[in-house]
Amino acid sequence: MSKTTHVKILALILILAGSSLCAYKAIKLGLPLLPGEEIEVWSVEARLKFRAKKGPVKVRLMLPFAPPGHLIVDENFVSGKYGLSIQKVEGSNRQAEWAVRRASGNEILYYHLQIVPDNSDEPADPGKKKAVKPPFPKTPEYPEYLAAAVDALLDEVRHKSADTATFTRELIVRLNSKTADENLKLLNSQTGSELDRVRQLTSILAGARIPSRMINLLFLSDGVRHGSLVPWIQVHDGSDWIPFNPESGESKIPQDALLWQIGDQPPFEIEGGRNGELEFSIGRLSQEPLMIAERRARKMNSRIMEFSLFSLPIQTQNVYRILLMVPIGAMFIVFLRNIVGFKTFGTFMPILIALAFRETELMWGVILFSLLVALGLLLRFYLEYLQLLLVPRLAAVLIIVILLMMTISIFSHRLGIESGLSVALFPMVILAMTIERMSLVWEEHGAGEALQQGIGSLAVAVMAYLVMRNEWLNHIIFVFPDLLLTVLAATLLLGRYTGYRITELWRFRSALQR
Amino acid sequence: MSILQRLRPWRRLRELGILGMNQRNGDYILRYNPRRNFPLVDDKRRTKQLAEAAGVAIPKLYGVIEIEHQIDSLESILAQHSDFVAKPSHGSGGEGILVVTGRSQKGFRKSSGLIISQAEFKHHISNILSGMYSLGGLPDAALFEKRVNFYPVFESISYQGVPDIRTIVFRGIPVMAMIRLPTRLSDGRANLHQGAIGVGINIKTGITLSGVWRDQTLDRHPDTGAPIIGLQIPYWDDILLLTARCYNLARLGYIGVDIVLDRDLGPLMLELNARPGLSIQLANDFGLLNCLRKIEKFLVIPESFHDRVEIAKSLADDCGSSQKF
Repeated sequence: MSKTTHVKILALILILAGSSLCAYKAIKLGLPLLPGEEIEVWSVEARLKFRAKKGPVKVRLMLPFAPPGHLIVDENFVSGKYGLSIQKVEGSNRQAEWAVRRASGNEILYYHLQIVPDNSDEPADPGKKKAVKPPFPKTPEYPEYLAAAVDALLDEVRHKSADTATFTRELIVRLNSKTADENLKLLNSQTGSELDRVRQLTSILAGARIPSRMINLLFLSDGVRHGSLVPWIQVHDGSDWIPFNPESGESKIPQDALLWQIGDQPPFEIEGGRNGELEFSIGRLSQEPLMIAERRARKMNSRIMEFSLFSLPIQTQNVYRILLMVPIGAMFIVFLRNIVGFKTFGTFMPILIALAFRETELMWGVILFSLLVALGLLLRFYLEYLQLLLVPRLAAVLIIVILLMMTISIFSHRLGIESGLSVALFPMVILAMTIERMSLVWEEHGAGEALQQGIGSLAVAVMAYLVMRNEWLNHIIFVFPDLLLTVLAATLLLGRYTGYRITELWRFRSALQR
Repeated sequence: MSILQRLRPWRRLRELGILGMNQRNGDYILRYNPRRNFPLVDDKRRTKQLAEAAGVAIPKLYGVIEIEHQIDSLESILAQHSDFVAKPSHGSGGEGILVVTGRSQKGFRKSSGLIISQAEFKHHISNILSGMYSLGGLPDAALFEKRVNFYPVFESISYQGVPDIRTIVFRGIPVMAMIRLPTRLSDGRANLHQGAIGVGINIKTGITLSGVWRDQTLDRHPDTGAPIIGLQIPYWDDILLLTARCYNLARLGYIGVDIVLDRDLGPLMLELNARPGLSIQLANDFGLLNCLRKIEKFLVIPESFHDRVEIAKSLADDCGSSQKF
């Protein structure tokens, strides 16, 4: 097998490995291929206040679990000295239980969560999934004076409805109608709060042997400080639970409502405390889609995500954001040198200069680089006159470069040009070597050649900067570092490229002209 | 040239058999030049030792300076020699070579006629030692060798300095040759990228073809005005034999052999180059690939260098000067 075939096969394997990992992440885990705009995130804070009675305290709070139409991307608890455990209760709810041996006075517990709208089918309404048909409720025993009213109402509604859904809607509309008759007035007088209204609705529906249950919704709107849960009702029509607004009869949970809890149990319970109060603050944040996707992927318990760059501390992540661009720059240099035929001072010098440009901004980077090299060259020519030995001379150039950097920083700071401060980010050893090489070329091949190569190197650095600065490239290589395998493959293939360089078409032009 | 060729110039270059840099590196140097043999040619001192042992004629080595301290003993090495050449042992591209043609009270006279002082001369040697001209900047040694009194036939076509003959030798078979003529621009040095002229040589006959200087073809020397085409290179057969022999020195498959013609001693091997340049194709007006491909197909290359020269001459008809682009 020839070397070229070998390289091709190796490159193919690398490309397949890299792109399949990448495709898995993009398709299966939903990591975004484009940097994209920021996504709106709802940040909800549940605040549970109560007064502890000097003794052990147990607090239970219902938590949302896979609410339909939303995805929980982050949640956390502020528990202080309380021990915390979270359990599933009654199939489709979660409950946080805080416990402490001794507590007294006013206590506040917090639960934060961040949710994003999510219209994917999964995760579906857990109530729906467990489509266990609830038993038909027993007809409740209404108090004597109400029984007649309820019966009359049910009769009336039954006549004007076709099925469970329309029955429920009709019932709700009637109960809420302004032109209430005597029966309804009587019924309505029994209900004060929304909660009572829902309870009453449940019991009336039970009279028609329709299974129903309460649900608690949280309406999301920006800037809410003292929000509370709004009870709705769900009825079972034999196959599904259908939600209803107990006031309007509306039968769909609105987009901006979060299904907090299903079932009749209270949203929170406190043992060993009183005056419990549950409040919600709701705010809207914008966040990078990347973060959301990453969290979503993590929620899916993917092994790959555990070994991704996201598992590193943010600071290290930021280092890798820059480091991962170096291979791209290196491949670009390979392209410029072996395909185009550019000459530069030092193979990878332009990449390091380009990395420095990231920090200094392009224009200032070019100005500072040219200034440093020009001043360095001047002093280097003076050193040449002194006839120093090579290594001490290199060291002297290095020291001079650092002195120049310092001087430029101080002067530009004095003059109020803060961009001049970023000069310190230039790789000084590389600068010193560039100055040394440039002065040698200057001596041996003349100023023209030296300037040509110097400007060439700078141009390559600027091009490398523009490539490495590309937002999409930055994004894609950080989210899918597996693509580096593809970059490696491309570099290997370039390593076996034996065709002409573009500059050679010029070099051998006299052959072409014949 | 058709429009298609104009649109795809690389196709045309391929047809002409022009060897490009990537292909030279990838298909020839990497494949035929084993890395471990590179030091034999990169270090001119070792090349000289090998050549001497094999009986290949070289300019006489006067002395070697390896450490800074020895610079003071320069005088004792050079005492009997008024003219000599100082060069870095690991130099490349002819850089760092200093040709001294005589002495004066102030110091040494360079081939250009300029005088350099003792101090400047010592600084130059010190630069050589510190690795300024060596590949990778490693510490180097300075060689002092006999200055070649070049053959009078070249007097009219070189401007200061020594013309040399560069031959590409592939698997021991000389495939292409050119003579490099120093010009005023090249400051007496014989490297094309420093401004020397390259003049192709018909491998079979040793007669010069057209020349190339700074990417343009020419038929007269720019400084002396003497014609450079149609000259018979003296000792041509000896030169070919010498180049073929040089293959045995380092066992590198693809090398450039540099030879000078001394008035009294005939052809002398100056140095071997493991990465010979591509401009020789322009000087000869034809590409190397045709010939290289033919030789690549040979299963066996004869050990005798006489046979190899015969092969070279027979190939010259097929893929040599007759097949011009």
